[in-house]
Parts: sequence; C-alpha cells; structure tokens
Amino acid sequence: MVAVTAEAGPDGSSAAGDTARSPDLPAYNMAVVRQFTLATAFWGIAAFLVGVIIALQLAFPVLNLDLPWTSFGRLRPLHTSAAIFAFGGNALFATSLYVVQRTCRAPLWGGPSLASFLFWGYQIFIVLAGTGYVMGITQSKEYAEPEWYVDIWLTIVWVIYLLVYGGTIVRRKEPHIYVANWFFLAFIITVAMLHIVNNLAVPVSWVGAKSYILWSGVQDALTQWWYGHNAVGFFLTAGFLGIMYYFVPKRAERPVYSYRLSVIHFWSLIFLYIWAGPHHLHYTALPDWAQSLGMMFSVMLWMPSWGGMINGLMTLSGAWDKLRTDPVLRFLVASVGFYGMSTFEGPVMSIKPVNALSHYTDWTVGHVHSGALGWVAFISFGALYFLVPKLWGRRELFSLKLVSYHFWIATLGIVLYITSMWISGIMQGLMWRAYNDLGFLQYRFVETVEAMHPYYVIRAFGGILFLIGALLMIYNLYRTIRGNYADDQVAAYEASQPAGAGAPATA
Amino acid sequence: MAKFSHAILEKNVVLLAIATLITVSIGGLVEIVPLYTIKSTIEPVQGVRPYSPLELAGRNIYIREGCYNCHSQMVRPFRDEVERYGPYSLAAESMYDHPFQWGSKRTGPDLARVGGKYSNAWHVQHLVDPRSVEPGSVMPPYSFLLRRRLGREDIARHLQANRAVGVPYTEAMIAAAYADMVAQADPEGDHDHDALLERYPKAAIADFDGRPETLTEMDALVAYLQILGRMVDFSKYTVKDLQQ
Repeated sequence: MVAVTAEAGPDGSSAAGDTARSPDLPAYNMAVVRQFTLATAFWGIAAFLVGVIIALQLAFPVLNLDLPWTSFGRLRPLHTSAAIFAFGGNALFATSLYVVQRTCRAPLWGGPSLASFLFWGYQIFIVLAGTGYVMGITQSKEYAEPEWYVDIWLTIVWVIYLLVYGGTIVRRKEPHIYVANWFFLAFIITVAMLHIVNNLAVPVSWVGAKSYILWSGVQDALTQWWYGHNAVGFFLTAGFLGIMYYFVPKRAERPVYSYRLSVIHFWSLIFLYIWAGPHHLHYTALPDWAQSLGMMFSVMLWMPSWGGMINGLMTLSGAWDKLRTDPVLRFLVASVGFYGMSTFEGPVMSIKPVNALSHYTDWTVGHVHSGALGWVAFISFGALYFLVPKLWGRRELFSLKLVSYHFWIATLGIVLYITSMWISGIMQGLMWRAYNDLGFLQYRFVETVEAMHPYYVIRAFGGILFLIGALLMIYNLYRTIRGNYADDQVAAYEASQPAGAGAPATA
Repeated sequence: MAKFSHAILEKNVVLLAIATLITVSIGGLVEIVPLYTIKSTIEPVQGVRPYSPLELAGRNIYIREGCYNCHSQMVRPFRDEVERYGPYSLAAESMYDHPFQWGSKRTGPDLARVGGKYSNAWHVQHLVDPRSVEPGSVMPPYSFLLRRRLGREDIARHLQANRAVGVPYTEAMIAAAYADMVAQADPEGDHDHDALLERYPKAAIADFDGRPETLTEMDALVAYLQILGRMVDFSKYTVKDLQQ
C-alpha cells in the first residue's frame, strides 16, 4: 500500500508549496484565495440568517409580513441557494484554488486578472440569482431556480473556472495529480454538465427574465432530480471530499490512510452517484423501472460513501489524541462523521417503503441539514480556521477556545435541528396515513400542520444556535486577520509544539 | 498493482478529465434517454390540453411565488392519498408542463386535484388571509395579488415560447391569446366564450376575484388552481387501462 501525503504524490515526491521552507517558490496567487475565503464567511452568515428567518416563518406565519418579497416561497430558494452556491460555492473556490496551487507547485493558470474575474464573476452570479428570487424571478427547479440570463453568466464563469483549474494542473511540477484535485476536477466537470442540460430553456423575449424550460412533465422531473441529486453528489459531496483529502491530513499531520481506497472511492463514487436521482421521484408518475434503478444505485452508493468516510477518519491513525486539543481538527473530523451518518440515512430513505413514509415530510429536510450543517458547513469551518492564519501570515488563530465554543454550540444546534425533524417528519408521515376505527382518514391535513408547531420552534432554535456559533467564528477570524493579539497566545502555541509533533493547545 | 496502472490517469489531466466525463455520463444517459423512447412512459389518456392563456399566466404566478416549495402536485398511488386528494397522478397530466410542478415537500396539502374542490370565493379569501378560513394554516398571505393588475399584454409570446418547446398551441390559439385571457375572467362581457371553451375545454370561466372592473393576478392564479386535476375524466378509466 502506498501512502499519499497531503503534499506529495503517491511516489513520495517532495513536499509542495511550503512557503516557509522552499527558496524557489512559485508566486502563488493567494490574493484570490483570501477573497473567496472572506466571501465564504460573509455568505455563510447570510445563508444561516435567511434559514433562521424562514424556519421562524413556518413556526410563526405572521413573519411573512404579507409582502411579496418577504414571503416563505421567495425566501426559501434564497436560503438554499445562499447555502449551496454562495457559502458552499465560495468555500469550494477558496479551497480548490488553494489546494491546486500548493499540490501542483504552480501558480494559477491565466494570471491574477483571470482569477479576479473568477471571483467577481461568481459574486455577480450570486447577487443576480438572489435579487431575482426576492423579485419573483425563478424557474422553480429546486437548486436551479435562476433564470436563463443568470444561467448563461454562470456557464461563462464556470468554463473559466475549469480552464484556470485544469491549466494549473497542466503546469504542475509534481508528476502526480494529488487525489484532492481528482475530486475538485470531477466536481467542476460534472456540475457543468448538469447545469447546462437541466437549464436548457427558451426565453419569452431577449429583454425579459421569463423562459420556458425545454423539458416537460415526467422527463423534466427526472432531468431535474438527476441535476438536483447530483448537485448534492458533486457540488456538496465530491467538491467537499476534495477539501477532506487535503485539509484533514494537513491538520492531523498524517498521510491519507489508503491510496488504493482513495482510487476506489473516487471512481465508484462518481459512477454511482449519477444514477441515484430517481429516488426523489418514488411512487410518482415516473416509470417503475427508473425508480427501482434509482433505489438500487442509492443503496449501492452507501459503500463508496463509507469508503471515503473510513479513508478520512482513519487518516487520524496515531493522531487521535489531537482531537482533544485541537478544535479545528475536531470540526474536520466531526464533519466526516456527519458525512457518514447522512450517507447512511440517505440510502435508507431511498428504499421505496421507507420513502413512502418519508417523502414530502420534514424528515427529508432534517436529512438534508445533517449533511448541509454537519458535513458541508463543518468541513468548511474547519478549512476556514485552517486557512485564515496561513493566508494572513498569522501563526495560529486568535482564539482556539472560541473555536471550541463554536464547535459545541453548532453541534448542539444541529442535534436539535435533526432530531426535531426526524420526530416530526415521521409523525407527519404517520398522521397522513392514519385511519380511525371506522375506516376514515383520522386527521384533516391542517391537523398535521398544527402538530408540527412545537418542532418548528425547536428547529428554529437549533438554527439560531448554529448562527450564533458562526458569528463567533466571524469574530475569531476578524481578530486573527487584524492580528496584534496577545503575545501569550503565541507563547502558548509555541509551548505546545514539541519538535514537530502535536497541535497547539487551547490558549 | 495490476497491469493497468492508475498512474496513467494521475499523470495526465486530459485523460483524467475525459475518463471522469465518461464515468459521470453513463447513469444519466441510461435513465433519461429511455423516457423519450419508451412509449408507455406517458399513458394515452384523453382530456389533457395546453393551459388556457389565463391559466398559464396564473401558473407563472404560482411559480413566481414559489408555491412549489410547500405544495406538491403529485398524488401517489396509496389508499390514503387517493382518499385524501383523488385519483393518483398520471405522467400524461403534466406532459405540457414546462417546467413540471410535482414538488418535493408537503408543508401544505397536495394540489394536483384541487381544481373544483373549493369555490372561487374560498380561494380568494384563503389567499388573502389563509388563517381566516383555516386557523391552523401556516401559509403566507397573498393579499397583494388582489391589488395587482395582471397586465400580461404579451401573453401571446408566452404561448409561442411554449410552442417552441413542444406544447401544441395552434395559430388560432396564439392569435386569440389575449382575447381569451380577458374573456375567461369576464363571464358577463361581450366575448366569444364558446370559442374559448372549444380551444380549452373545462376552463373555468368566472370573475374569480369578484372585482369585474380589473383583471388581477388573483384572477389568473385562481383560474389555474381551478383547472388542476380536472382535465382527465377518471370515470372513463380503470386501473387496468392505466397500467404501464
């Protein structure tokens, strides 16, 4: 078995991109990584805040305010897109552009101007999409709501992304392409394919926002969920696995557990994921054969998902003690744990009889958030805490204690969120199908809505905790960037570094 | 290691990208392409027609306000759903839907068969103030729909765009689009309602919002809600006829 370290190819070639030690260092473009890092933090807060607002709207509908641009129907896509594309997207840009430069020992292809276009182009996409939702401009395809003109703009930005990313790999000074880059590359390529096919549309006029999608009915449904499920599979999974394969080994200072497992993990994951879309359409008017195929592949998908989780977790072999002292590593490792949990829950929910109960309920919402908050957000937080000191030339974060508070507050928030949605989602599904002794449906629909109220309140509270945790992070990152924090912090850090081993203790 | 070495892909980004693209293309091709080639995908039932211009305008408001975030339009073939909502949904019923509105969440009830279940007045009252008719509801109020003029002078262009993506709107339908849109919400006016019903059978013709002087967004949305699930006459079919 060949071990892969975060910095070297599988042949054990020399460490790449250690700025401090290499004299003949290429001029990495870290300016754009810093921009994307700040954008990740900013959009994260925006996404969590809108999430809290719409969670409260479901508990207290008066908060819809009877205004078009503040009603749940328009804000929910704002929340999902802000979370996936603004927060998650910027995190992927920041980490992928950082990782590709350092593991290839090459600066970004296309130079600073193209990188700058990538940053501003992507932020313009976010603003165009978000303002559109609030004004009611939407295609209504979940996670693909932006209208045709925004879709075209994103396509341009994405092609540039592929060129910059691929071009940098071509320029690499390492013989091998490091495993994190396989995942980032698969994410970029597949998202391009999904985005273009799912959004093909005919605009009503070239000066208006409205268009009609090319596909209709049952074909549109499957195209949409082929897209939708793989937005999860490639945007929120493959991309973030790229983060895992670089940042977990780096922070733990251990090589990736198994090179062979990462090869199997990569190919089986990207092959199987694409098939799983139809599980969003169980018992609908989609033909049975497609539903069964979707279910079968969703269950099979459990294997590569857990293969990846094992590869991530076992990377800590011999370094488990660091979890006690390093809250940043705790974020990274807990995220992999949540990944394992939600990729087990997903296949369970894709089994048709289970789906008969869970579909259309808040159980699905809970499932999504165990992935989105536990996996995507936690690994992003871990990466941000790792990156910010490095990018701004600080030895460590302003406060590791605050990171620890963030971790526990956010974890409590997630637990409240997902348990309340499990319980209420299953309750909802059971109430819909309950019969009384006389053989009539036992509940009117609205009674099932009323029963949700306490759980919606608990969920909103969980979301508020998660938001508070993220605000602590903002403060911590701000103080880190500002610098000049107490010297004893630095002293504590240095004291905790016994000759190359061990992570800093909490200050 | 085996004869094939993964190092080949690891050392050539173009090969890696091509191999990745092929790997991620297979599943989608196998699942989506047959939906266009296998005839039984869409059941041959009678009655499904393109939306009338007013219904189409209403559907666009339904999409604009994000109703799909909380309401599905897909009755599953379960005893409780069929009893609660009506006959389970067929693929044919959304064959002219660009995009589909099956939804993925039921914070509110399914709407696939809501047409004809409630009066126009109920819908208007419910949209203006949901809790006035259903105290336990968590739906946002949409009173502004009543105040907004529909406009949509360009409705013919919407029909044309739909035709471009495959909806069988005829020249006559497109030519009469604006007149039909106005006529459907003006039962007392001097319009050719027979021609409208011939083009769009079962279309609900009414002054939906009770304000005959203006054609509002409320008129359009209620017209859309009132056709949902009513196009196919299910008394004509047995389960056997619909089996794929």
